[in-house]
Amino acid sequence: MPRSSATPRATPDVGLRPFPRGVGPGAAVLACPADAAAAVSGGGASGIAIALFLLFVSATLGITWWAARRTRTTKDFYAAGGNITGFQNGLAIAGDFMSAASFLGVSALIFSFGFDGLIYAVGGLCGWPLVLFLLAERLKNLGKYTFADAVSLRLAAVPIRCMAACGSLIAVVLYLIGQMVGAGKLIEVLFGLDYSLAVSVVGGLMMIYVCFGGMIATTWVQIIKAVLLLCGATLMTWLVIAQTGYSFAGVFATAIERHAQGPAIMSPGGMVHDPISVISLGTALVFGTAGLPHILMRFFTVPDAREARRSVFFATAFIGYFYILTFIIGFGAIALVAGNPAFLDDAGALLGGTNMAAIHLARAAGGELFLGFMSAVCFATILAVVSGLTLSGASTISHDLYANVFRRGTGDDRAVSISRYSAIGLGIIAVLLALLFEAQNVAYMVLLAFTVGASVNFPLLFLVMYWPRLTTTGALLGGILGLTTAVACIVLGPTVWVEVLGNAQAVFPYKYPALFAMIASFSGSILGSLFDTSERGKRERAAFSDQYVRSQTGLGAEGASGH
Amino acid sequence: MQHLYERIDRDPRFHALARRRSLLGWGLSAAVLVAYYAFILAIAFAPGLLAMPLGPDTVLTVGIIAGLAVIVMSVALTGVYVWRANRTFDGLNAAIVGDATRDA
Repeated sequence: MPRSSATPRATPDVGLRPFPRGVGPGAAVLACPADAAAAVSGGGASGIAIALFLLFVSATLGITWWAARRTRTTKDFYAAGGNITGFQNGLAIAGDFMSAASFLGVSALIFSFGFDGLIYAVGGLCGWPLVLFLLAERLKNLGKYTFADAVSLRLAAVPIRCMAACGSLIAVVLYLIGQMVGAGKLIEVLFGLDYSLAVSVVGGLMMIYVCFGGMIATTWVQIIKAVLLLCGATLMTWLVIAQTGYSFAGVFATAIERHAQGPAIMSPGGMVHDPISVISLGTALVFGTAGLPHILMRFFTVPDAREARRSVFFATAFIGYFYILTFIIGFGAIALVAGNPAFLDDAGALLGGTNMAAIHLARAAGGELFLGFMSAVCFATILAVVSGLTLSGASTISHDLYANVFRRGTGDDRAVSISRYSAIGLGIIAVLLALLFEAQNVAYMVLLAFTVGASVNFPLLFLVMYWPRLTTTGALLGGILGLTTAVACIVLGPTVWVEVLGNAQAVFPYKYPALFAMIASFSGSILGSLFDTSERGKRERAAFSDQYVRSQTGLGAEGASGH
Repeated sequence: MQHLYERIDRDPRFHALARRRSLLGWGLSAAVLVAYYAFILAIAFAPGLLAMPLGPDTVLTVGIIAGLAVIVMSVALTGVYVWRANRTFDGLNAAIVGDATRDA
């Protein structure tokens, strides 16, 4: 491969030198042989995939052009003018959530470990009802463009926005690295494109979508991609069922026959072994959803709380359906791909790594044409998700930090142009980080984003809405404790301390820190607020009842009734 | 705006609505969390239970069906919440806000 030695990967000074190959689920994709591209896709499939991909790119660029002409105000840029319907927003949320990491990652986990992959599917989904029952309507009634708007309403705006921005940006960047690395690897294998070129193409396209089309373009790219992915996964599931005797049981029975662990793949224990890890992983997944800034931002694109509510219902239904399909696809991959020498290398491992399980299955079940289609769909998925993430990060920088912290009260209305620069900046940073973390474990990076969401953003949002006694002092203490606990546990845990830094024994014994970080965050906020006797604290508590009425009725909310 | 908030805060219908909404929201949240953590805790402490086959001549296990059931239940409960909220809460809310703003 003509990879330039200028990529940071080649420099030995990287202390962040990524998790060794083969660590954890999904890592195997990192070890893709240079000739895998040809072996996987073959010339014809590549041609179809490239044609479909170019079709998607031109369609989305057309949408971006159309959206750019409709993006006139700040509200258009950040929130698509608040004119998206509940159904459209539901599809777009589903698009945001059904990333390539979840489609390829979850099917790969099931392919490798069987049952334990289901934990990701169930945990990812169960966050949604909680978002609906506890957060969505209140968030829409309190906020304007970002979730920091809602949490800084009755607390001290400057420090709270800084903290919310910190939590948002860390989550966005971690998620972005995960998606970009996955994208680069996928494209390298599918289209035979050089990794650094692939990552740059993705970065360049997402900058164009976000800079010119803002939220309107990002929303429609998400919607198209969600429809494509749902159709592709449905078709794939039917093709798999058709090949295993037209029954669900047939898929599982064939999978058990083919998998090395036999019937054990139908029961827990393949991936996570100790109880605390299971609970901590489960907690990160369910509460992390409620703290992902690019997801929370989507609630401001609808006109009112009613549409916000409807969007979560549609999103949950689509995501639930998608995860059930992914589950069958994972077992289908065991049944149709695992024993087939066409998809294995000399050592008996899957070509391109386990993350390619669903892609190989597309070929096994539907031939070259379907492989081309699914490859293009996966590429579209990555583009859409990174655009949503970039827009969210850019809004955080321009709306939260620039307009409401640095230029607070100056009437400076350049936030949208700052947002465009931020999108370009984030795009460049994302490409560089993707080059730096090329050998990183994709699934683990995304999980870290969920961990930050669950231990910084979610506790802040929840307490500000539900606990009248919360004060700025408490919220800051909780956020800082949550973040430092998460970072400390990750660094001292088995993944970094032992596997990266080479120590013999982990200081913190568990791989998933979310449970501990969340407890630290909540206790910090509660204790800090209870011991806060300042005048500011008193005013903030007194302001709860107005905020409560607004959160319940929507009176005074952006773009809602009451004016 | 503040006097409107205070006016609504004195309206007993507002507190009745808020109570009904939070009862439904917390009740359904509890249902989802209990089901979810039952599944997670079973994986953590009683994996044998989930490994049991559903019947003598099927390969499906209790765990697979339990996981899928939690997904289906979550979707169904979001449907219940949206249906209830759209039917009753929105109308009551509009009446409370309407009265408060009209008198103002």
